[in-house]
Amino acid sequence: MNHYVLSLIVNNEINVISRVSGLLARRGYHVSCLSMREAEDPSLSRMTFVLEGDEHTLDQAKKQLCKLVDVIAVVEMKIQTSIRRELALVKVKAGPTDRVFIGETAKFFRAKIVDVAEETLIVEITGDDGKISAFINLMKPYGIVEVVRTGLAALERGNQGSSCYKEVYEKVQ
Amino acid sequence: MRFNGARILLECIREQGVDTIFGYPGGAVINIYDELYKQRNVLRHIRTSHEQGAVYAADGYARATGKVGVCLATSGPGATNLVTGIATAFMDSIPIVAITGNVPLSLLGKDSFQEVDIMGITMPITKHNFIVKDISNLADTVRSAFEIAKSGRPGPVLINIPKDITAHITEYKRITHKDRKVKDIPISPDSIAQAADLINMSKRPFIYAGGGVGCSGAADELVEFAEMLDAPTGCSLMGLGCFPGTHRLFTGMIGMHGTMASNLTATNCDLLIAVGARFSDRVVSNVKRFAPNAKIVQIDIDPTEISKNIEIDCHIMGDVKKVLSQLNSHVKRVIREEWVDQVIGWKQQYPLKYKRDGGLKPQYIMEKIYELTKGEAIITTEVGQNQIWAAQYYKYTRPRTYISSGGLGTMGYGLGASIGAQVGMPHKRVINIAGDGSFLMNCNELATVVENNLPIIVVVLNNHALGMVYQWQDMFYGSRYSCTQLNSPVNFVKLADAFCAVGLTITKEEEVESVLSRALELDGPVVINCEISRDEKVFPMVPPGEPIANTILGE
Repeated sequence: MNHYVLSLIVNNEINVISRVSGLLARRGYHVSCLSMREAEDPSLSRMTFVLEGDEHTLDQAKKQLCKLVDVIAVVEMKIQTSIRRELALVKVKAGPTDRVFIGETAKFFRAKIVDVAEETLIVEITGDDGKISAFINLMKPYGIVEVVRTGLAALERGNQGSSCYKEVYEKVQ
Repeated sequence: MRFNGARILLECIREQGVDTIFGYPGGAVINIYDELYKQRNVLRHIRTSHEQGAVYAADGYARATGKVGVCLATSGPGATNLVTGIATAFMDSIPIVAITGNVPLSLLGKDSFQEVDIMGITMPITKHNFIVKDISNLADTVRSAFEIAKSGRPGPVLINIPKDITAHITEYKRITHKDRKVKDIPISPDSIAQAADLINMSKRPFIYAGGGVGCSGAADELVEFAEMLDAPTGCSLMGLGCFPGTHRLFTGMIGMHGTMASNLTATNCDLLIAVGARFSDRVVSNVKRFAPNAKIVQIDIDPTEISKNIEIDCHIMGDVKKVLSQLNSHVKRVIREEWVDQVIGWKQQYPLKYKRDGGLKPQYIMEKIYELTKGEAIITTEVGQNQIWAAQYYKYTRPRTYISSGGLGTMGYGLGASIGAQVGMPHKRVINIAGDGSFLMNCNELATVVENNLPIIVVVLNNHALGMVYQWQDMFYGSRYSCTQLNSPVNFVKLADAFCAVGLTITKEEEVESVLSRALELDGPVVINCEISRDEKVFPMVPPGEPIANTILGE
């Protein structure tokens, strides 16, 4: 089973998230995370998700997504050519003695402590999936209260921007 | 000009050249119906008995004419009654625009009277759907809906219009030539060359034609292609009529109820060329053992169909008509005596046949219908045994003459579809082939047929059973006929009479010709009740999961 990061340029319409998630669900594509926000052009939104499956699933999923009228482009964010980031907020138990160690670990991960309460801390951490998972694992012994992760955001490296979307779309077709 | 939403909706529909719509009134569409009243001389509205009849009629109209079918229903139950019909059109790639009313904007999302989330419900069964929340978007939405419905691989589009939008007023400007151009998918010259190479190298090609040929209007190009290649050609159920049933290269339908000749040809060919066909499970059956010795070329306008169900060796994406005309100039004309002789041998060795034991046979009835209409009728069907007998024992020679729910297998579809076909093609004879089960699902539409004096003939192949399931129970479930015997003594002749249609009966083979001739002369709505045996089965048949070469020819 492989993981593919797909980035969708979609019309910024109210129903678009149901159209995409509905299609993924009814065709049986397994998606581990999905995030969405308005893009640089406010008439568009950018949706990023991780698809699990094989090459055939990837090919079918791309083509099926392209068929949705509100989908402008489907771009695969390959690991070598894209930047992928996720943000997580981790609420961890932190008594007086643990705080220092948690703070030190957070520094190594370039994470920030954004909330301090009597018995817990909230740590904000940014990175790819591996880094965040590693940090969460290190926090487990202290006792994790809650974790929220945003899902991946990804952008292609290099000079090209949204002007190439059209071309990508046609290529996928 | 300033018009209200209802007027703008109808003006935009007329911009598209539509002259007929099918529908059913209700509270949320009352403004639209008020406008329809004013436009009754320029826009014909056929009110059906049930919204389901309206959407089937729009679908039948689209299949028979090639134009976009339009249906209209109110919010809530009106909208949900369209759902099976929209799904039917979606599975068979039929261009329809379904318009539903909805509660006023301020009441949306509050479980208001007759409110339902038809957007959510129809998202998986439409190419696209729209809700109009601002009158200024109405005209362009309607235009886009038609464009989407008919472009590329056609399909249904739904427009949901809250009631107050139909009353709001805005500026309307008529557009006759659309500014937006429909994108023409360029055909890759490389794929043409690659396919032409495979074709020119092939010794035993077989063409498998589907509904895409009819959609694209490519029947003539297909005949030319088959004759250039001297390639035997079979059709999916949806493809019937796209290749002349009388042609020497025609092998018949392929798949579960296909001919032995088609199934053997597909299994023994070295190149299978799928033209506008999607390798449905009803064609392929056992994926691993389908066309085991063949390279596969697929021609389709929809990229998602390529390698979806079967691994493809070479594909050409594009409109079938354009692809075939390009291919026709790239392939060599050949004569393949040995291969064609072998295939014709199979056709002779394993013809479609049925036992002539003195009883009234549905196959015989179909043959007689073919003979008496000279093959020029439009045949609509319900779903089940009736659909398959109608597919097998009538030779379709032109596209859009066999109208049947192929993908979804919707019982009750045929009568509504026949209404649409007859309205769209008033000079054609339209005959709906039904079983007693399917007919009972939507026989209420006889009221529509009679009210509009449509000369539709309904042939009820009455075996007092849900024949197809009954057949499966007989063959694979130890004759445990669970709920498939229809023992209600319903009298279809009296039923026809009650609807003020003519009811006729056939009980013996000798009566078939005279009763059918009489029905054809009547030129008005007729129901013919044909008393056939419950034990009559559909053959050939490929048992579920078997490779198609393991066709059972009969009992």
